[in-house]
Amino acid sequence: MAELVQRVDLIFGEYSDEKYKVLEETLSRSNEDIIKDLLNSGLKGRGGAGFPTAMKWKYAAEQPVKEKYVVCNADEGEPGTFKDREILSKVPRKVFSGMAICAKVIGAKKGFIYLRGEYRFMLPALQVELKEFHVYAKKLKLDFTIEIKMGSGAYICGEESALFESMEGKRGEPRNKPPYPTVSGYLSKPTVINNVETFVNVVVICRIGPVQYRKLGTQDSRGSKVFSVSGDTPKPGIYELELGMPLVRFVEEFGDGDTKAVQVGGASGFCVPMKKFKDTIIGFEGVPTGGSMMIFNSSRSMYNVLHNYLGFFEEESCGQCTPCRVGCQQLKKGIEAVKRGDKPVVYLDQLMKLSETMKITAKCGLGQSVANSFSSIVNNFKEEMIY
Amino acid sequence: MSPNGNLIRELVEKHGRSRTSLMPILQGVVERQNYIADYDLTDIAKELDLSAAQVYGTATFYSFLDTVPRGKYIIRVCKTITCDMHGKKTIVQTLENMLKIKVGETTQNKKFTLLETNCLGWCHKSPAMLINDEPYTELTPERIHDIIADFMNKS
Repeated sequence: MAELVQRVDLIFGEYSDEKYKVLEETLSRSNEDIIKDLLNSGLKGRGGAGFPTAMKWKYAAEQPVKEKYVVCNADEGEPGTFKDREILSKVPRKVFSGMAICAKVIGAKKGFIYLRGEYRFMLPALQVELKEFHVYAKKLKLDFTIEIKMGSGAYICGEESALFESMEGKRGEPRNKPPYPTVSGYLSKPTVINNVETFVNVVVICRIGPVQYRKLGTQDSRGSKVFSVSGDTPKPGIYELELGMPLVRFVEEFGDGDTKAVQVGGASGFCVPMKKFKDTIIGFEGVPTGGSMMIFNSSRSMYNVLHNYLGFFEEESCGQCTPCRVGCQQLKKGIEAVKRGDKPVVYLDQLMKLSETMKITAKCGLGQSVANSFSSIVNNFKEEMIY
Repeated sequence: MSPNGNLIRELVEKHGRSRTSLMPILQGVVERQNYIADYDLTDIAKELDLSAAQVYGTATFYSFLDTVPRGKYIIRVCKTITCDMHGKKTIVQTLENMLKIKVGETTQNKKFTLLETNCLGWCHKSPAMLINDEPYTELTPERIHDIIADFMNKS
């Protein structure tokens, strides 16, 4: 089969011959230079939200505080996402290097990797790699150490402020924002928290330069992205592809010929029906994604898909704010009642309003983004919700 | 003194007495005895100079920090969409039949606990499950038979 989409090999590309060579070269550059390169590269956070990485680092660097932290968010919990595990097991050195470059730029001495409990089996191998990293850091006269903190099975801890709470030994309940982590993060100190893949992208940019990096992707979505492809596809797995491609090309490459919808960005992302494949761009100007691409063919009931997502959110809601705690339950009960025929079809409109209310009033991204999948599935597959 | 005083003290010595040590300590207890008993929670609270409510609050927030007795081998089957689409129900049924327990229960000999969990991150190799920390993927009823038979022969 002809390849329809361009494969990229930057994230998973081979290490340089000398260990930690890119890190060594980058450490000799000025902080301003590094931030300028990141800014010019157009790199945006790879966890899904897409905040410009250069700005995050700049804000943290500007804080007149001695104690600062670098945190790598490896609490990959979004349904349909599994790329961070692959990155951490295949190219951990690049992740550590990215964190070390960040530490140099913002002036941190301590870094943490928050690894989800489901990935505990990776711990021994990562500890071996870390030990070696610390030897090299010493050689390079870099005063920076990395420690791994384990999660214990809570999706919400992928939310940055909930993650800090968890690291501090508390319930993983998101904080009010502002202040943002760059001002007050772990232990209320300025903290840069980035996704695993973002740190690797920094290393890539330091190696090939922003000009080369910008050649990949589109205006609003520079660089490559690691996609986690699953569902009804003949070739599920992890693929590094250029950002900004039309969804239709993705489906031609990965679909099974009978694709009726793609859920882009996991349970908290958007469901795109077949008729919109052509006009949908995968990237920050279209449908953003942390990498999760779940493909559904015509044999799947979209009611079941939505019901599964709502059950997920109901369980993973931290319960702190009412819109999310009660909203997730009511949305699930609501679609069940319509399906049973206990509620009229127009009740779906009321549920839609509820999801919009959650979007405005929920405290964090979890409650706010339930409306994404809810409205995109109900609007596009209304008949499946009823019959 | 509670039956586990030594384990708690050992973990406190290793991780320290600050609040940031609470998660590693709780995780350490689970690793050793599969769940955290009430007396462990109060012991940890005393050692860390926290209220028992604070320790209980943290412990019960996390689905992997069990506060009810569990078997030696905790089986967590992923129930999120891709695994669900690719035969999770049959996998759970096979496990229920082999272990003669329902989801949420522990076998009488305290060897196995069967649970369902949210996305494990193995969607491309679904259906998947964890037995303690170890992932098992691309499951079929036949594979389940082999895996569980192996565990049944283990001590």
